Amino acid sequence: MEGTVTQVVEVVDAKDLVRVYGEGDTAVHALRGVGVRIEPGQLTAVMGPSGSGKSTLMHILAGLDRPTSGSVKIDGIEITTLGDDALTKLRRQHIGFIFQFFNLLPMLTARDNILLPLTIAGTKPDPEFFDNLVDRVGLADRLEHRPSELSGGQQQRVAIARALVSRPTVVFADEPTGNLDSRTSGEILKLMRSSVDEYGQTTVMVTHDAKAAAMADRVLYLADGEIVKETGRSNQHEILQIIDTLDLQ
Amino acid sequence: MIKFALQGLLARKLRTALTAIGVVLGVALISGTYVLTDSITSAFDSIFTQNYKNTDAAITGKNAIDASEDGTVPAPPFDAGLLAKVRGLPQVGAAGGAVSGEAQLIGKDGKSIVFGGAPNLGFSVDPTLPQFNSLTLVSGAWPAGDQVVIDTKTAKEKGFTTGDTIGVQARGAAEKMKISGLVEFGAVSSIGGATLAGFDLGTAQRLFDKTGKLDQILIATKSGTSEQQMLDAVRQILPTATQVRTADEQAKEDAAGTSSFLSFLQTFLLVFGGIALFVGSFVIANSLSITIAQRTREFATLRTLGASRRQILSTVVLEALVTGFVAAVAGLFLGLAIATGLFKLFDAVGFTLPNNGLVFRTRTIVVALIVGVVVTVLASLRPAWRATRVPPIAAVREGATLAPGRLNRYRPVGAALLAAGGIALVLVGLFADGLSTKTLLTLLGAGVLLLFIGIALFSSRLVRPLATVADPIARWSVVVLTALIWPFVLVPLWLVRRLFGRRTEFPGVLPDGPAVAIGGQNSRRDPHRTASTAAALMIGLALVTLVATLGAGLIRPFEQAVDGIFSADYAITAQNNFSPLPPPVAAEVAKVPGVQKVTSVRGGQAKAFGKTITITAVDPQAPELLTFDWRSGSQASLGELGTDGAIVDASYADTHALVLGSRFPMQTATGKTLQLQVKGVFRPPAGGSPFGNVTISTATFDATTSQPLNIYTFVNMSGGVTAANTATLNDALSTFPNAKALTRDEFKKAQTDSIKSILNVLYVLLALSVLVSLFGIVNTLVLTVFERTRELGMLRAIGLTRGQVKKMIRQESVITALIGAVIGIALGLLLASLLAARLDEISFTIPVAQLVIFAVVSVVVGIFAAIWPARRAAKLDPLEALQYE
Repeated sequence: MEGTVTQVVEVVDAKDLVRVYGEGDTAVHALRGVGVRIEPGQLTAVMGPSGSGKSTLMHILAGLDRPTSGSVKIDGIEITTLGDDALTKLRRQHIGFIFQFFNLLPMLTARDNILLPLTIAGTKPDPEFFDNLVDRVGLADRLEHRPSELSGGQQQRVAIARALVSRPTVVFADEPTGNLDSRTSGEILKLMRSSVDEYGQTTVMVTHDAKAAAMADRVLYLADGEIVKETGRSNQHEILQIIDTLDLQ
Repeated sequence: MIKFALQGLLARKLRTALTAIGVVLGVALISGTYVLTDSITSAFDSIFTQNYKNTDAAITGKNAIDASEDGTVPAPPFDAGLLAKVRGLPQVGAAGGAVSGEAQLIGKDGKSIVFGGAPNLGFSVDPTLPQFNSLTLVSGAWPAGDQVVIDTKTAKEKGFTTGDTIGVQARGAAEKMKISGLVEFGAVSSIGGATLAGFDLGTAQRLFDKTGKLDQILIATKSGTSEQQMLDAVRQILPTATQVRTADEQAKEDAAGTSSFLSFLQTFLLVFGGIALFVGSFVIANSLSITIAQRTREFATLRTLGASRRQILSTVVLEALVTGFVAAVAGLFLGLAIATGLFKLFDAVGFTLPNNGLVFRTRTIVVALIVGVVVTVLASLRPAWRATRVPPIAAVREGATLAPGRLNRYRPVGAALLAAGGIALVLVGLFADGLSTKTLLTLLGAGVLLLFIGIALFSSRLVRPLATVADPIARWSVVVLTALIWPFVLVPLWLVRRLFGRRTEFPGVLPDGPAVAIGGQNSRRDPHRTASTAAALMIGLALVTLVATLGAGLIRPFEQAVDGIFSADYAITAQNNFSPLPPPVAAEVAKVPGVQKVTSVRGGQAKAFGKTITITAVDPQAPELLTFDWRSGSQASLGELGTDGAIVDASYADTHALVLGSRFPMQTATGKTLQLQVKGVFRPPAGGSPFGNVTISTATFDATTSQPLNIYTFVNMSGGVTAANTATLNDALSTFPNAKALTRDEFKKAQTDSIKSILNVLYVLLALSVLVSLFGIVNTLVLTVFERTRELGMLRAIGLTRGQVKKMIRQESVITALIGAVIGIALGLLLASLLAARLDEISFTIPVAQLVIFAVVSVVVGIFAAIWPARRAAKLDPLEALQYE
């Protein structure tokens, strides 16, 4: 594909990412030259065991961390060299986050939490889209509740709506089901899948859960700071097999 | 974002309230001060205006020199003949003459009536000219000759009514007079607790030793004549040493003494409000730092959602702004309560302040709000800046903590520089010559401020060693204090609880080893936090220590000065220990059998080398009872001053190049110029000179002073100090109930007591700052308990009892308080030693007993501060605590 579809700008385009923590003898190589391209409108899962570097990769792709060397472009913009202000503006426009621990603000209602990215950016919500979104995540009757009055699943729904509300170029999800029971996890994964299908929301999800990866259009397998395999849409069984053969457990 | 900030505040109501309490108290003291002084000013203004309500102009005597308003040099009376001349002017409608002075009323117990040190006012009243009379007759009649009217308050409290006989004493011996009626001043029953005594003109003139003289002529303009025409006409006939003022000017002049006192009182109280606010700002900065550290993930999440650093900054500052505003409003109203309370307090001790209702001026509101908001916002800047440094990635890290700032490693250096700069300012202020008082105080204030901030920032370095040392001290001081209250408080409390069927542990005294050990560890775990918490207490204790050390350093040289100068057996003073006494008192004493020698020192003011100075005068007996430290001249010259001899103190001699034999002119208050010759130069004692710059002979003084007064009278009796001699002297003084005889030791004690009572006032005002710092410790502990919820749950789960949790937190609290106390006391001693090195009047004396008390008080502060946070911590359900998050 390289060189043939020059007009298509990848949503995320990372090359030769190296991330070293510490120095000298104690240096830890979290990433050892990783290249990733994320196509628009796809749900991409990054799989790997603890310490494989999958979280580091996501942090760097999302501009939360800087690589020791290598380049990351989001919507064609090189972000590894951006200053704090430019990076902040980029986040407003291009990036949405879903966290393992939801990271909702306890003093705000569900509605205010969802609208927070727009409030911060100083833009008005599109009421139609907002209603549609709230309907889709199933929170219409919970909007005036505060996080402490919501279940874990409901809190993560609020977080998903918050990530989608500004229609970012890409949503990064960090173990979105890591803190939920399996039934709720299934609902949340379905919701994320449908956001990709219905809104065409490009999403990158870091997970060690095969069930979650089975929802993805594409699965990247990470081990010891390198991408060791890539597959298209696979079922849970296939994914577990791959993990087994790669000895990633 | 505004909504976000406000909702954040609402969600943390308790923490916000605790944070703001320092500002509330500081602003309350400031607004209370303004309300109090404004109310008094307005009441006094109305009194003084009332005085001249029907008057257009007033003639008074005029001092030849610019005498200060300390009452030692009243304007001289003028010849009463002027009244007839004024009345004769065609422009004058009516004119009345009056005299006034101090008149003691004597109670049925034979003692003079004094309400809390307030003055005893006496004056003439002229019922034939009611328009000039500021007194209102409540019952009875106006006084005829040798009769008196007194104020209703004195009558009521001392059991006098119309028709009774009351003792009255002014310049001469006490005499009995019939009370013809009761009066009030305008509509107020009392001005500052002053007693009022009104006489007819002749009686007043005799009592005040002003026969044929007047102090004041009040004039009403004839209708059809302009005030200006009247003033012009009066000026034509004015003799020298008199002046005429319009009623407004005269009211202002009368009020000048009170207003200068009030403005002093105002500044004085405002300084302490400022100190409380300064301490409060430490509490705010510290609480905000902790809160912000705890909200790290929240700020990081905001950053990932696209919030810029500026937005984070403005969120935190906005929170501070709102907190400051609310705290200032609360403080403003608390200030009203404080003012009301102070009025009641003064009333309770007999010093009734005139009060026509509380005056709440716009200025009070504006200043209180601005000060409260500005202090809070300033205190929030550093924590707010730290909040902006939270990296977005902290949102995905569990238990993320705020990384130390980039500038952190320069912190000790910066702190040391700040402290050094502070000391430098203090040194410049103290030792540079020729600074104005204002510059000096500004330098000292700014220097001490910088020093406190520097030490507070630096002290995190001292926390670990100090906490290690303080740990066992805290442990055992708590044991001792617990043991002390154990039989009186703890056991009865336990019994009461048992009676109500509650199961509680029997109160123990010994420390709980493991719990206390964890508490000790906790105090060392975040040195920055412990240091900032301790800093608030440090400031309070540094100031208290400074005051105590200066007080001790002031009293000792003072006592030495008394010992060095006065070799007499007895001193005669006023009942209040400081008012000057009229000369007949000394004359009465001289007649007492057994009295060998009596000498009196007169006090007053005069003008020499272009400046008004204090002067004293001594009589020929002085050499035998007073001892001077002579540079030139001798004891003998003290008794041979004659009409032109003068003794000057060493520094005055140096300033004006005076040596033995030098001649210089001095103008007295009555306008006479004396050509003086230096007969001696003495070195005043370190404890302060009881003598003026220039001392002349009593004879010369009396010849040039309208109403001389003695500031000291000393007596030697055969047999020295004996009970019989004391009784004899006091018997002789029964005709002067305002005077008393004190032995030399009593005299010393009476003089030092006044210093001690000033110290007590300072302690009370500084206690407010200590209170603020107590809340600071409470706040830190509460926040720490919030933060360590999981840890506390774990400790409870592995078997720590509720009681142990409480002891653990108390130990941390007491160690923090002790650290603040140690650094504070050390700083206070340092500042005191600097001041003592500069001021001759102060020797550096460590007040060991007081310092021990302060340390104990700090431990108590630590114990109290821990009560509530410890209860919260003990109430945590271990299971819930572990499920947290």
